[in-house]
Amino acid sequence: MFPLGIEHYLIGGILVGIGVSLIYILTGLHATQSSFFTTTLSWVSKRKHFQKEHNKQERNWRVFLAIGLVLGALIYTLTLSPTGFWSTSVQLWRLALGGLLVGFGTRLSGGCTSGHGISGLGSLSLTSLSAVIVFMGIAIVTANVVQIIGVLP
Amino acid sequence: MNKQNLVVLLGGMIFGFGLAYSGMTKQEIVLSFLQLKDLGLIFVMGGAALVTFFAINFISKLLTKPPIGKEYKPRKAKMNRNVIIGAIIFGVGWGISGQCPGSAIASLGTGNLPILVGIAAIFIGAYLRGLIDKK
Repeated sequence: MFPLGIEHYLIGGILVGIGVSLIYILTGLHATQSSFFTTTLSWVSKRKHFQKEHNKQERNWRVFLAIGLVLGALIYTLTLSPTGFWSTSVQLWRLALGGLLVGFGTRLSGGCTSGHGISGLGSLSLTSLSAVIVFMGIAIVTANVVQIIGVLP
Repeated sequence: MNKQNLVVLLGGMIFGFGLAYSGMTKQEIVLSFLQLKDLGLIFVMGGAALVTFFAINFISKLLTKPPIGKEYKPRKAKMNRNVIIGAIIFGVGWGISGQCPGSAIASLGTGNLPILVGIAAIFIGAYLRGLIDKK
């Protein structure tokens, strides 16, 4: 079940939690991820969906959050990472098709692995718990179907 | 940069460092979790949610309001059909590609240039969500 051990998973998860908690305790903001995409689209689209007042208020700090994520992963890659810079071998069509569904689905659902999975579960939200059970169950089925029909990795 | 954005940047760096440390920035590792070959990823979400649970339900209770913010408000989304339909669509996309919004953004910092295709696609997906929103 755990061929690589659990230590790095647990430490990584706790670090993610510390990042989210630091932001929440000091600012009251929930450092969730999928909203980055909707709020920043308010700079390019005039549609009402994107021009909502809260989107325009949040988009600045959400850009800083995204920059932080990239910098944090970069620091890890330059310091502790055993492999250094790395590139995925998942096919581009899968990143494109999957990304399209991820963007649409998370924004329809109102949360992703961090919004529902970390901040939502941490808030003991039953809505988020339901969403997590559904997206995780569906993702497990999908990933196995993809593998069974011979698409690797 | 104001104080709020500085805190968000620092917290985001810890978040991104943790994601990379856990391996979640590698789509192959996420896929091996979803294919039930290595269940370790449950500790990433579980560990993060547990720490966040203490922050939201206990630590923030020691202060009346955030030092550089307006208020503490737990993240309680309202249940409706879209929450579940969206979660189903997200699940299919996650299972196909092994990428979710946060891990895709952080993955850029590991030098994973192909993920730019995924990030562009997530933007398009979020835009399409806006196109069908009648409100």
